Amino acid sequence: MSAGYLSLTDADREEMLAAIGVSSVDELYEQVPEGVRFTRELDVPPALPEAALVRHLEELAARNVHGGVELSFLGAGIYDHYVPAVVDVLLSRGEFLTAYTPYQPEMSQGVLQAIFEYQTAICELTGMDVSNASGYDGCTVAADACFVAKHASDRSKVVLAETLNPQVRQVVKTYARGFGLEVVEVAHDGGTTDPDRLAAAANDAAAVIFQQPNFLGCLEPAPELARAAAEAGARPVVHVDLVSLGLLEAPGAYGCAMAIGEGQSVGCPPLYGGPHYGFFAAKDEFVRRMPGRIVGETVDTGGERGFVLTLQTREQHIRREKATSNITTNQTLLALAGLVTLAWLGPQGLREVGETCTALAGYAKEQLGLPLAFDRPTFKEFAVRLPLPARDVIREARARGVHPGYPVGRDYPGMDDVLLVALTEKRTPADIDRLAEVLHEVCG
Amino acid sequence: MDLIFEKSRPGRRAGRVPDYGLPVPEVPAELRRATPPRLPEVAESEIVRHFTALADRTFGIDTGFYPLGSCTMKHNPRVDERVARLPGFRDLHPLQEDDGAQGALEIEWRLQQILAEIAGLPAVTLQPAAGSQGELTGLMLVRAYFDDRGEGDRRDTVVTADTAHGTNPASVTMAGYKLEKVETDARGNLDLADLRAKVDGRTAALMLTNPSTLGLFDEGIEEVARIFHDAGALLYYDGANLNAVVGRSRPGDMGFDIVHFNLHKTFSQPHGGGGPGAGPVAVRADIEPFLPSPQVVRDGGRFRLDHERPKSIGRVRGYSGPFGVFVRSYAFILAYGPALREMSDAAVLNANYVLARLKDVYELPYDRLCMHEFVLSARNLKRDYGITALDVAKRLMDYGIHPPTIYFPLVVPEALMIEPTETEPKERLDAFVDAMRRIAEEAAESPELLREAPHRRPVRRLDEVRAAKQLVVRYLFDDSVGAAPESARADSSARANP
Amino acid sequence: MPAAESYPDDLKYHAEHDWARIESDEATLGITWFAQDGLGELVHFEPPAVGAAVAKDEPYGEVESVKAVSDLVSPLSGEVLEVNEKTVDEPETVNADPYGEGWLIHIRMSDPSEADSLMDAAAYREHVAEQ
Repeated sequence: MSAGYLSLTDADREEMLAAIGVSSVDELYEQVPEGVRFTRELDVPPALPEAALVRHLEELAARNVHGGVELSFLGAGIYDHYVPAVVDVLLSRGEFLTAYTPYQPEMSQGVLQAIFEYQTAICELTGMDVSNASGYDGCTVAADACFVAKHASDRSKVVLAETLNPQVRQVVKTYARGFGLEVVEVAHDGGTTDPDRLAAAANDAAAVIFQQPNFLGCLEPAPELARAAAEAGARPVVHVDLVSLGLLEAPGAYGCAMAIGEGQSVGCPPLYGGPHYGFFAAKDEFVRRMPGRIVGETVDTGGERGFVLTLQTREQHIRREKATSNITTNQTLLALAGLVTLAWLGPQGLREVGETCTALAGYAKEQLGLPLAFDRPTFKEFAVRLPLPARDVIREARARGVHPGYPVGRDYPGMDDVLLVALTEKRTPADIDRLAEVLHEVCG
Repeated sequence: MDLIFEKSRPGRRAGRVPDYGLPVPEVPAELRRATPPRLPEVAESEIVRHFTALADRTFGIDTGFYPLGSCTMKHNPRVDERVARLPGFRDLHPLQEDDGAQGALEIEWRLQQILAEIAGLPAVTLQPAAGSQGELTGLMLVRAYFDDRGEGDRRDTVVTADTAHGTNPASVTMAGYKLEKVETDARGNLDLADLRAKVDGRTAALMLTNPSTLGLFDEGIEEVARIFHDAGALLYYDGANLNAVVGRSRPGDMGFDIVHFNLHKTFSQPHGGGGPGAGPVAVRADIEPFLPSPQVVRDGGRFRLDHERPKSIGRVRGYSGPFGVFVRSYAFILAYGPALREMSDAAVLNANYVLARLKDVYELPYDRLCMHEFVLSARNLKRDYGITALDVAKRLMDYGIHPPTIYFPLVVPEALMIEPTETEPKERLDAFVDAMRRIAEEAAESPELLREAPHRRPVRRLDEVRAAKQLVVRYLFDDSVGAAPESARADSSARANP
Repeated sequence: MPAAESYPDDLKYHAEHDWARIESDEATLGITWFAQDGLGELVHFEPPAVGAAVAKDEPYGEVESVKAVSDLVSPLSGEVLEVNEKTVDEPETVNADPYGEGWLIHIRMSDPSEADSLMDAAAYREHVAEQ
């Protein structure tokens, strides 16, 4: 009886060893020098049959306080939007689930067409000319954008608005050393970025990255920021929430060179941080510097439309040390979840999600009756000032079964009393009433 | 087949969105979208049919044999999918306080322990999103290690093999290092003489896949490690081929200091048409302080994310990593337990069996027993009949088999890189061998059959030159088929919005 | 339509499969039949800027097919006077006519004596035969 998921019988093994001309599997491993052979048993937990395995993982899952247990208003970059039932059903199709990168297009027309459709949807939403097949997440696509901008400009400074998600900024800084990039941050002014301050910092910069809606929930004066960056000769890059693009202007329409972001809010559950998908879209002029896979349309020898991976000479398997990125495995399956969700919503549905979230946020601002941290228009998330440290309020509220949001002081010094509250279309006015009740109780 | 955008009809829709009858605050006019995005307008029935039809036009492991070398296309157990979708995981927010994420943190911590044992190195980060990001993380760790020792400026070069995956040199550049390439000797090992000449005080590290992309274990690995360590340099192990040696040989014992894993290869996260993956990195104890932040730690019976890591290289990805992949790989490993070695044993047995049955009809550039994969050359077919590795690959499709990796590694002309994996039964291997042998006969009898292959797929061979020259990378709505790049640009500039 | 194999006698050749047609202190550069045959149909030519300096044995640009990318190695040092816009727009011209319409750039040489170190057609044919 073999372990795990193996298929060979003892009879198979004997026959196969004979065909090879060896007497045991040990003999196949004789090429491993004796000094580096591992001879004891691996010290890992005992094997579990499937039923026991499920039970073990159910027990671990039960130790998590998730959205089904706690009424949660936590967002800060990962949002509990509704994922349509068709997504899971279609992603469970084994052909999508168990295929790999479509290097052989005749075997992979379905996934290639799906990626082409995903690229189209991302370009439509962002107003860009070209999208890649996905990046790892909303953080690494920002590092990619810096790399692209540096090579398109021979400038080695990048400017990040301080209202850009702190995790995104951290990842850009981690990558900066190897890229030879100087990273400059621009402080916010009352919750949004001041275009003049941004323009001053953007001198000699390859790129400026800002976020819309920003991490603090506020709507940035995005067209002004893009203009300020461009006038300083830097490429304006916006980190944007796809969910907002039913209501908010497409970045391509206000002069952005690239639009990037975390795709999780369209099609992916929170899943403790992943896997989700990062999206990366740009204007035509950057197409030869884009990182990652791109699918293009063509015809077969019979003249029928078909799809292939194109401009592969950008990529590591051909260009090697001169490649625009080392990425190979990406997030195709999750990008497919995004495409299915966008098709399910359609333009009207996407707009309605935005409207419902904004309406709920407006209702919550009124019901909570707490001072707003910033006097700026918002989308689905907003920041309030609390009479107590946010961490203490969160602890007390959670003891009452409500997670009220994110403590902004975790990333922004001097803002320990600021709480970031996120709304999705899954919350109801009654949920908000409950949040208000709990916060009043906790804050006195 | 039509695109979903071509199936769109104005006013049709699938999803209904909750409307609570609340007033909707106005978006400031200067930020408001002028023209709606042209997303598809389709009913749910047609969405299901559309993507079902696309699935039908896609070949996965579930469809058939998929010996794509270097990618480890093994069966993906469905229980892993079930457990990854448990609400306690699926609906858990990554910024949930640690006391509300004890189950998730425990899985991450346990997986770190297991991977450390498999690598033979004590500390693990789970953060990197894929193997290539693991490589980059590893090189950032190399830099941090030498910076900390005051040798950062002096050591500016990373050595790779000429058989390396393209990700290795690309990662070297991204990490800001210079690249030095070492040749392969006649037995398929690193050429030690060439290596000795290229390792000196400027060398920061070696990046090596072992077994190599030729599917051969480097017989001189102990000497290789000595050369680098004597020069004060580090050894980085590219875990792409770890499926060959789990429980048989540990990278840490081979002398490697930093190791990345590909959970989507060795530990069966489904490949998803290109991703997701995960690229955890294991390191030696004195490199642990530099691992990305945060790190999962255990304090007594509790688990937490440790953000106080002053020497850390920083964050390489959001949150603590691609958690859903960890759940699947953890479940996969527990299905084997300490018998995990049998997984590698079967992978190596399957590969050697197929090799033994094919090496008389295709050329074998390095005539040795292989590990979990092997590389043949179609050079003989090219010489005798003008049939290339590409033709063989396309013809395999007509036999219902996914082609192997072709034209890689670069050191073998007309390369066919074959990795059967451990989950295949002998009948599948025999069917593959029969198809490959038959194709070699067809090359002699009716070469046109191969050059025009595939004959039984939804499309024939596709014009990749046209795709690159007349770039169409999104649907152009009114002006789609055959659009030239000029018209693509005209389209985007002519539209009022965007 | 790909050209037939040829290595004209009036050109000088570099080991990296680049050719130079020298006329007084100026030279026209391109890639050889052997180079374009190895790459396959070209889909992209990334040229240097007019006015840029090129150095002998150093890359000055790139050409790409769908499966490969190759540095263009300059056989001579000098300044770029002109880029062949026809090969930029229609890179396959190189495959059809590598020594004629498929030329790549035109330079003014900074050190005409460098030409002495290049191969003549006979030497280059031997070099190709060894590949």
